[in-house]
Amino acid sequence: MSAGTAALVAVLALPAGGALAAACLRRDRAARILATAVAALTLAAAALLGRPGPPPPAGPPVWHDLDLPWVPALDLRLHLAVDGISYPLVLLTALLTLLCCAHLCWRPPASGGRLLAALLLLVELGAVGTFLAWDLLLFFCFFEVVLLPMYAVIAFWGGPGRRRAARLFAVYTLTGSVLLLVGVLTVVVAAGTGDLSVLTGGAGLGRGAQYAAFALLALAFAVKAPLWPLHTWLPAAHTEAPTVGSVLLAGVLLKLGTYGLVRVAVGVAPQAAAEFRGVLAALATAAILVGTLVCLAQSELKRLVAYSSVAHMGFVLLGVATLTETGLHAALLGNVAHGVVTGLLFFLVGAVKDGAGTGELAALGGLRERFPALAGVLGFAAVASLGLPGLAGFWGEAFAVVAAWQVGGAYWSTLGALAAVGGALAAASFLRMLRLVSHGPAGTAVAAMPRPAAAHWWSWAPLVGLTLLLGVLPALVLTPGHAPLRYLLIPFTGE
Amino acid sequence: MTGVVAAGYALPAAPLAAGLAGLLLPPAARRAAGALGLAGTGAALALALYLAGAPQVRAGVTHHLDWADFGGVRVGLDLWVGADSAYVAVAVAAVAAAVQGYSLGYLRGDDRYAPYAAQVSVFTAAMLLVVVAGDLVLLLVGWEVMGLCSYLLIAHDRRLPEAPGAAVKAFLVTRVADVGFLLGVALLGIQAGTFALPAVAEAAYPAWVVPTAGLLILAGVLGKSAQFPLHTWLPDAMAGPTPVSALIHAATMVAAGGYVLSRLTFLLDGPAGTVLALVAAVTVLLGAAAAAAADDLKRVLAWSTVSQVGYIMGALAVGPAANALFHLLTHAAFKALLFLGAGAVIHAVAAGRFVGGLRRAMPVTFWCTALGLGALAGVPPLSGFFSKELILLAAAAGTGWADRVFAAAAFGGVALTGYYALRLLLRAFAGAPGPAAAGAHDPPWSMRAPLLLLAVPAALLGLGALHGDARRAIRLAAPHLDAAAALPLALTAAGAALAWWHWRRGPAGRPGAWSRAAAAGFGVDAAQRALVVRPTLALAGAARTADEVGVGGLVTGLGRAVRAAGDWVVARHRGPLPRALGIALGGLLVAAVAAGALGGAR
Repeated sequence: MSAGTAALVAVLALPAGGALAAACLRRDRAARILATAVAALTLAAAALLGRPGPPPPAGPPVWHDLDLPWVPALDLRLHLAVDGISYPLVLLTALLTLLCCAHLCWRPPASGGRLLAALLLLVELGAVGTFLAWDLLLFFCFFEVVLLPMYAVIAFWGGPGRRRAARLFAVYTLTGSVLLLVGVLTVVVAAGTGDLSVLTGGAGLGRGAQYAAFALLALAFAVKAPLWPLHTWLPAAHTEAPTVGSVLLAGVLLKLGTYGLVRVAVGVAPQAAAEFRGVLAALATAAILVGTLVCLAQSELKRLVAYSSVAHMGFVLLGVATLTETGLHAALLGNVAHGVVTGLLFFLVGAVKDGAGTGELAALGGLRERFPALAGVLGFAAVASLGLPGLAGFWGEAFAVVAAWQVGGAYWSTLGALAAVGGALAAASFLRMLRLVSHGPAGTAVAAMPRPAAAHWWSWAPLVGLTLLLGVLPALVLTPGHAPLRYLLIPFTGE
Repeated sequence: MTGVVAAGYALPAAPLAAGLAGLLLPPAARRAAGALGLAGTGAALALALYLAGAPQVRAGVTHHLDWADFGGVRVGLDLWVGADSAYVAVAVAAVAAAVQGYSLGYLRGDDRYAPYAAQVSVFTAAMLLVVVAGDLVLLLVGWEVMGLCSYLLIAHDRRLPEAPGAAVKAFLVTRVADVGFLLGVALLGIQAGTFALPAVAEAAYPAWVVPTAGLLILAGVLGKSAQFPLHTWLPDAMAGPTPVSALIHAATMVAAGGYVLSRLTFLLDGPAGTVLALVAAVTVLLGAAAAAAADDLKRVLAWSTVSQVGYIMGALAVGPAANALFHLLTHAAFKALLFLGAGAVIHAVAAGRFVGGLRRAMPVTFWCTALGLGALAGVPPLSGFFSKELILLAAAAGTGWADRVFAAAAFGGVALTGYYALRLLLRAFAGAPGPAAAGAHDPPWSMRAPLLLLAVPAALLGLGALHGDARRAIRLAAPHLDAAAALPLALTAAGAALAWWHWRRGPAGRPGAWSRAAAAGFGVDAAQRALVVRPTLALAGAARTADEVGVGGLVTGLGRAVRAAGDWVVARHRGPLPRALGIALGGLLVAAVAAGALGGAR
């Protein structure tokens, strides 16, 4: 077993074991520290995945591959692999989980910190497993693992409206899961295998099966991503979830949807994807415009960031919908950038809301008078989120527009232009937010706010650094994606 | 990598490093921040001077570095430096260095000096990046970071309640315009197959591409350069500290659009050129008229900037682009000088309105301002005379109808410029010193030295550039002063005479309807608010309601319907015992019949 395949096992075994141990430990603080240590080890193991092994002679260009029988009677295999598409997402998941666990160390919840930490590790297990699964049934299983822990995080540690938010989240995602299960079964029954390395490119699926599979799978992932108008669970869940929950929701869970769309839906049903891409692009553009417009009229801080997520994912989905190399690159980069930037925003907004006791924009104000450094980082994150060139958010959004114009024609050009207008509206909404929160004299809520603990900077600084780094060196995500995306796009390019 | 290439990359990198380091300083660390800022801009100035003197730069130096590969669409970290870039870089770095030094005195008591100086450094880096960028996407990075720094610096002064709003307005107007810039860049990049600037300028395009891309890029340029109808943010941006106004909102950022267009002149052969000439014509007159009516030192200068950048834009539309670059350089010198002079007045009397009678108390400021205003009005042999003369001559020789419209506006603008320049000088400095002027004095040396240093190019740039090979390096035509030059001079004199007459007549009670309308910018602001801002906000409110009540309600309603259906089914199952027994027996009967039928079939 090479180091790479060992790492494939480790990134799953570590969070699983860590979650179990943290839940069993009696002492709350020890459990949280243990969870943080496990998350750090997982990040290290995930980093090891980034050293590609010898390229496979044929088939998809994966870096490391592990294929073991699991339930032979059902032809269920434990097939894990990592490539340039999944690697950045695995790394992002591991990093955000580490920062969230660390956040729990210096800001424990009122009760049950050890359980919360264990649940975070379970979410990590499910997400990383989904990114690494190379068998459709296994993919489905991991996809489901994420759901219940996240439900519990929202329902037990959330804000005052947590009940409704958690219920909405569960109903929506369970519906998505049913569609996903049916879609997966459709593919497996029609093709006789669930192995993605065989299925990618649409082999073994007829036209009808592709249409059925794509419709089911795309709907399932559209709920998760989320795609307008299937997004209404997101603002509620993001707003009510505790800070760590919001960070993981935005940074990790939404990625499951877009990743699944690229890897599974487009991968196994390319013909159908080509048919439906116009619809997908129109909905993505609608998400951008609706998301930013609602942001502009939003009165609550966390909801504002949540709706900006809808818009960001709209850009990602627009990139996917073009089905061009440029568009998919933009989507993958936008995906990672959104995880970093919105993760940072939720950490910051959480700190403001916890400290000031309210997230109402009208009640905040004057943050830069009280805490210039916090206001500065909030400004940085907002500016990154509005897609300032030179920071992480720019590339995905600008090149989704470029990709739409590259497809050409009146339809795609209009969508691209509308998306670009959405980018300007996003600027308006974030500047409005900064004006209301940072500028002006300090209001009573901010005046009474205690100084955020210095330890917070340990959660913020890595994300600030990554936002700059990805802005200056987008090739970090782009270069690994070249080979797998080219392979994925063979049905369209014919090369 | 040759020395010239290394210097080209280091040019924006030096102030960027200084800026990023400065952001990490404690906010009140004025000395360290000032030293860092001066070091960064000083290094940039030295590099720019080196580039301006390097013989290779004359021929144009390009260098390619891979940056981002989006599969077929490649973005390079490219450099493209010619003599024009080097001169603009010198102007930017020189004004930036002057502003860094000046700010030390001007913002003496500021408790957030470190972020201020760092943001000025980052701005300088972004502007220099625009100057040396050899790739459209790289240029876009500098372009937008400039806008961000402008936003941050306008909002710097926390005592001004209007500052945050002005900052947001400045960023948003330019950002909305930049939608066009981004789309134009995308279109050119896709059609040319590269974003590299020299290649984009030489590529062959389908017929529709150049007009479309030209208009799109133009939209972004008009926003950033505060041209009609997107000029509304610039007068409000005067809420920023005066040195920032000098650097960003006069000398560099607002003129950057002219520089960018001078690198993409092929876009102006078509409707974009016509639109540019007409916009420039409107802007020249509108800005000058508003400057003639404004009642605040900085607002006069802001409107004057709008008008003068209009000349730069018109020069680009009429051609040749070298005229525009020359006016860009002279304008950078004399307008930065004027703003720093205005800052000295504001520093002395703590007010931006006209006080009058400051000439004796502030001789250095008076003479520097007089010199700057002379250059602005085009008094020979000051710098502005030469640059404006070239533009006017080219416009007068223009053949298209749009060129003629611009020419007429440009000559009219000369008279207005003469009027408002002398008006400003008289109302700020002449007359008997009033109570507000008591105790006024020339600024300390940290502010005086930049003023005096900038006075040199403001006075001599015209003479210096017209003799020697610097002129040939930017392909500027040789001057031929003849009788045609007399007309602008006569117009300037007429405008100045009117200003003198108005001033002698004394303050004439309430301003008339015309000057009130002019001072308010002729209602363009109000129109923008009514036509764009309010509808957008209303749409946003509607979207929020529709999303929460409509889409959200649909989902909630669906949930209710499912639950109701469930209740109904439950209720059906809660019947009395006989009915349940009957249903059970009935079911059994059906099952038995079915089993029998199936069994029989076998």
